[in-house]
Amino acid sequence: MPQEFKPGCARPTGGVIGETSEEKKPEGEQLVKKEGERMILIGRKAPDFSAPAYYRGKFVNVQLSEYFG
Amino acid sequence: MSIDSVFVHKMWNDHELSKMVKGGVPFPMLSDAGGKVGTLYGVYDENTGVETRGRFIIDPDGIIQGSEILTPPVGRNVSESLRQVQAFQLVRKSKRTEATPSGWKPRKMTLKPGINLVGNVWKVWNTEMAFDETAFGDSVGRRAGARHGIACWGDRPVLSSL
Repeated sequence: MPQEFKPGCARPTGGVIGETSEEKKPEGEQLVKKEGERMILIGRKAPDFSAPAYYRGKFVNVQLSEYFG
Repeated sequence: MSIDSVFVHKMWNDHELSKMVKGGVPFPMLSDAGGKVGTLYGVYDENTGVETRGRFIIDPDGIIQGSEILTPPVGRNVSESLRQVQAFQLVRKSKRTEATPSGWKPRKMTLKPGINLVGNVWKVWNTEMAFDETAFGDSVGRRAGARHGIACWGDRPVLSSL
């Protein structure tokens, strides 16, 4: 499942998948919304992400949702 | 998963962890440089730039079923995490017709939520049963089929499926 990759000298990074842009919203609303978006809740969908990883001698990319099902 | 790079993970695994765990860490060690993912999961501390020790149990549908976040001096309990996964698997397999009371372990009695149980839990279950390691119910040990992933943050990064 995890895809191997060959890194250069830069540190590889991953990130949240399905990130929404917060910049377009009016300022007051943005503050509240930003706080809300940061919360994870038990019983709710886990935010998906991908990240580089070290796994059994290899550098691989791992995505959370690949483990679902 | 931690804020360390994959290069640091490789050195840590190859030069230290592999001396404690035969064959090295058996799951991918993820890098969350910058703490973007940790921020979303509430474990990234902007002031110190590191991630707190955290553990999230995510079911096969991608639903977060449980979490535990501790400050660094106190380690977590892997046996308890596995017990919780077994309990979630039982509940899922029973399509939520069964629930696990406090102190439940595989083979111990489950509760059947429903109108008949309301107000009657005391008739079938008592608090001592939470601590009794031999209070097995009439059912044989259930083998859970569903997979649950555990994702952990902090100094002990984990992403595994059971």
